[in-house]
This record gives sequence, structure tokens and C-alpha cells, in this order.
Amino acid sequence: MLKNYFKIAIAVLRRRKFFTVISLFGISFTLTILMVLTAFINKVVGDDYPDKKRDRSLYITRLEEDGPTNMSSAGPSFYFLNHYAAGLKIPVKIAISSNFNGTNTYVNNKKIAVNYKYTNADYWDVLEYDFTEGKAFSKQQVENAEKVAVISTDMKNAYFGDESSVVGRYIEADNVKYRVCGVVKNVPITSYMTYSDIYLPYTVSKMDYNYKGYRGGYMGILLANSKSDLSKMHDEYEQMIQKIPMESKEFNRMYSHADTYITSYVDTGNEKQSGVLIVLTVIGVFAFILMLLPTLNLVNINITRIMERSSEIGVRKAFGASSKILVYQFIVENLILTLLGGLIGTILSIAIIKFINSENLIPNLELSLNLTVLFIGLIICLVFGFLSGVYPAWRMSKLNVVTALKA
Amino acid sequence: MISLQNIQKVYRTNTIETLALNSINLNIRKGEFLSIMGPSGCGKSTLLNIMGLLDAPSKGDIKIDDQKLDHLSDKQLAQFRNKKLGFIFQSYHLINDLIVLDNVSLPLLYRTSSEKERKQSATDALEKVGLSNRVKHFPTQLSGGQKQRVAIARAVVGRPEIILADEPTGNLDSAMGNEVMDILLHLNKSEGTTIVMVTHDEHMAKKTHRLVRLFDGSQVQ
Repeated sequence: MLKNYFKIAIAVLRRRKFFTVISLFGISFTLTILMVLTAFINKVVGDDYPDKKRDRSLYITRLEEDGPTNMSSAGPSFYFLNHYAAGLKIPVKIAISSNFNGTNTYVNNKKIAVNYKYTNADYWDVLEYDFTEGKAFSKQQVENAEKVAVISTDMKNAYFGDESSVVGRYIEADNVKYRVCGVVKNVPITSYMTYSDIYLPYTVSKMDYNYKGYRGGYMGILLANSKSDLSKMHDEYEQMIQKIPMESKEFNRMYSHADTYITSYVDTGNEKQSGVLIVLTVIGVFAFILMLLPTLNLVNINITRIMERSSEIGVRKAFGASSKILVYQFIVENLILTLLGGLIGTILSIAIIKFINSENLIPNLELSLNLTVLFIGLIICLVFGFLSGVYPAWRMSKLNVVTALKA
Repeated sequence: MISLQNIQKVYRTNTIETLALNSINLNIRKGEFLSIMGPSGCGKSTLLNIMGLLDAPSKGDIKIDDQKLDHLSDKQLAQFRNKKLGFIFQSYHLINDLIVLDNVSLPLLYRTSSEKERKQSATDALEKVGLSNRVKHFPTQLSGGQKQRVAIARAVVGRPEIILADEPTGNLDSAMGNEVMDILLHLNKSEGTTIVMVTHDEHMAKKTHRLVRLFDGSQVQ
């Protein structure tokens, strides 16, 4: 039966080439957009370099204080993280780092844009950067406020050119010279919590890291001993927040959370709005609209196509096909069309992803069409095929045999 | 075999009511070859469609093999048609996207049979109508007479007890028409298939066992 459906589906597709091209274009184009988008999301959310212990880490990226008239929200300060969060019992370590900041540096009178961030020593234990040479700065070096730096491979190439080893050499940023102690594999800018060109000890920061305000452009990563400690660690942090005295009288509530990677990644910066909810809604609405248009187009084309085949419908009904069997047949035919569109969409997606990677449109973000993305693509195809096939098939199955044969 | 009791068919639109069939009573015996004649629009095809369960009467009862059929669901009606009835249409109604063999085996798709069995039965049926050399052709590659022979093969492939033919020779020249008629007569004689045929051709009708004439939806003979 399926073989027969397949035969007829292919014959119908070949017969109306123009409609087929329009349908396939709609499906494959939509799928390409969705698949490239999912590859992007999958990479941004799913890539665990350098935070390979993500499954037992919680991220603190924001601290909000509310008062009757004022509200202030920003990344927590170094003091806050080092004084309060570091005092928690469950985390075995806390990585503290500043948001990355931009500056310029010059090599042979050529300006290079540089991003740098300050970290504590534990940062290098919590996160697992791949060192191509050298190592991270030590606790002692941090305490001594030594002017040392870990740099990214891109930074090394931009600043030092083809030199094979740069450990011990000096790099200038923000008018200060730092001795390179290690070179790490690049992190894409989309992993904004761990991305930087230059990593420096927080003690060399020009800002006063001992400033006792709670907000100050830093972030923390709490590392639990095991995955099972995550919820306890989360609760401990929440309880700690309740006990911290307000910074000033203008505030009466403090909000800060130790969240999973994804929740903190999409944090809106506002306590009243869930970032996850907003992101999911935006993605959902976008995907829905993106799929709705070609689906409606397909429904329209399918109705025209099916009505053109009313004689066939009449004959099939006369010779024993029930309405249900015919609905099944037309849905299967439509699924074949959409899967064909899916195949073209996959090939297009691979080509576009290759193009994005080769042109380095987003530095260090190596997109790939992995199995998850392919699986999502397949599901999208099936939903497509089903949605655009059901209504026309239902209309067709209601066709009276005699009317169908006369048409 | 087929019993029609007081069959009436009315077509209604918003403004008009048309009586297509009025009080038709007809009993067709097993193995009978019956022809229905009458001028265009007298209700011949409507009557045939009602006998073939393709259309429902507005009033009256239809029984096939003593079985009342007005209460059957869409699925049950489809199964009944598949097992008991075969159809031949004036304009053949072959599926142009399928080769002759697939067209002929179409009724068997809706039964539990393997592909091999379907292929064998379709080949046998095509042999009976003298088209075993055209199995892989598409309908568009055939003449009118050949198309109608394919349609006959499709109607008989499932070995139905009844064949309903709506002007099967209407689109053919007399030589081809005679060929098709000979096949139907042979089928009726050798296999005892009950055949009801609508025709405009007096000459063809005379070859059948009985003739029923309709005029303005009523039976006049």
C-alpha cells in the first residue's frame, strides 16, 4: 500500500512541476531557517567549553535591589561574591570574574580591539579551559597582584603573529604591560560569561575590588561537589540572600539567584520577567509564524491539487477506499513531499552552516548540523506534512463519489 | 440479487426540487445481464449509482443479496463495494499517473492481499481482456478501446458478483464497442457475473437478457 502511495506521490509531484517547486521551496526554505537557528541555539546553549562542569554549577549574574521608589539591578560586585557567596558551605569552589570590557592596544602602530576580564584563581579550577601553552595564574600570583595574563589563541595570533611560543612575553592592554603566563583555546563571544581575549587577576584591576557595594559588574559560578547538591546549593544561596542587610535605606528587597546556565544566560535583568519564558515565547512565536506561512501555502496548493484529482478520489471510493483510507493516503503523500523538502532543506542548511563557518561571521562559533538538529528538522518536517495535509485530505474525503466522478 | 423497492431520488437546491427517480421497483436476478435505456437526463445513471451504493436514495429500500444496506457506515459501505461490486464508467476513469497493472490492481489494494497476489490477479484480469502486452503502459498511451478494456479488467479483478457499467461503449466506435460488449457477454456467460448496463445503444441492449426503459425518472418498461 505504502509503495503504491509513494509511486503516486512521485507521479503527482512530477506532473505539476511548478506547484512542486513552489511547495518544495517553501518547505525547504523554512526548514533551512529553522535548522540553522536550532544549530545556533544548540551551539550557544549546548556547547560546554570551557564550563564542562556545567551540570554541577550555578551561575550568579545579577543582583537586584528594590525600594518603594527605586530599583537597581546589575551584576554583583567582587566584594559581594567574595564576601557572601564564597562563604556558602555547599559550593566547593566559586569562580569570580568580571564582565568583559573593551579597550584598544597597538601592535606596530596597528590598532587591535581587545576584550579583557578579571578573574580569581579558582576561576581556572571551576572552568576547564584548554591551554595550548603555559598555565593559569596561581592564587599566589593573584594575591601578589602580579601583572600576568592568560590570553586567547586569537589574541596571541593578532598580537604576536606567527610566534610559536609567547609565554613570558609581554602584552599591553589599557596602557599596562602584562606577562603572558598561558594561552587558551578561543571561546566564542556568544558564551559571554566565559569569553575574553585577555584574562587578568582581579587584583590588578584599576577599579577598587574592595569596594563594599553589592553591585559591580562581576559574576560568579558556584561549583557543587555533585549534581545532586545543585538544588541544595540553590536553596542555600536563596537563604543567604534573605539574610544579607540592605545596602541603604532606599531599598527594602534584594533579589539574586544562583541559576542554571540556561536560566542565567537568558536573564532579562528584571526580577518580574522570566528570561526563559520570554525566550521560549519569542522562539515559539517566531517558529510558529515561520511555519504557518508555508503551511497555509501548502494547504492551499494541496486543496487545488486534490480537487484536480477528484476523478481518482471517486474511483478509489467506488472500488472500496473508505474516507479514512483516503485521508491516510493524502497525508502520506504530503509527508513524502515535506520529507523531500526536508532533505533539500538539510542540504541547504549544511551549505549555509559551512558558509557561516568559513566566513567566520561569528568568531569562534563553529556551527554544526548535529544529530539533535537533524532530529528536530525531521520532527518539523513531520509536523509540517501533517498540518498541511490534514485539512485538504479531510475536505477531499467528504467529497461525494458521484460528484467526484463527474468533475 | 439486487432488489429496489419504491426508490425515489430528489435533488434539492435552494430554489428548486428535481425528481430524478420516481417509484422504481426492480428485481435483478443473480447471473442476469440487464440493460437500462432512456433519453439523456431520465435518471439512468442515478439509478445505477444507487445500485452501486455510490449515492443514497431519498426514499425506498435497496437490498443486495437480501441485505439491507441503508444503515451501513462509510467504512462498511466501502468494504461492501470492494467485495461485491465492480464499476465500468463511460469515460474510463483510469488513473493516469499509474501504469495499467497498478490501475487494474487498485481494488485489491483495499483488501488484505500481498503485492505478489495483486500482481498475479491483475495480470490474469488483463489477459482476459486481451491486454497482457500492455501491463507497463500508462493509460495515456492506450486507445479508447484499450482503456475501456483496462477498466473492465479493473472491474473484474476482485471477482465481484455484480458489475455496473455506465455506458461502457458510449465513447467507442462500433468495432471497439462490439469488442467491449463481447467481453461483458463472455464474463456474464462464463462466470455468471450479474451485469447491469446503462446504454443509449439499442443494438447493444438487445444482446442482454432484459431491457428496462426509463422516462423522466419513471420506469416505463
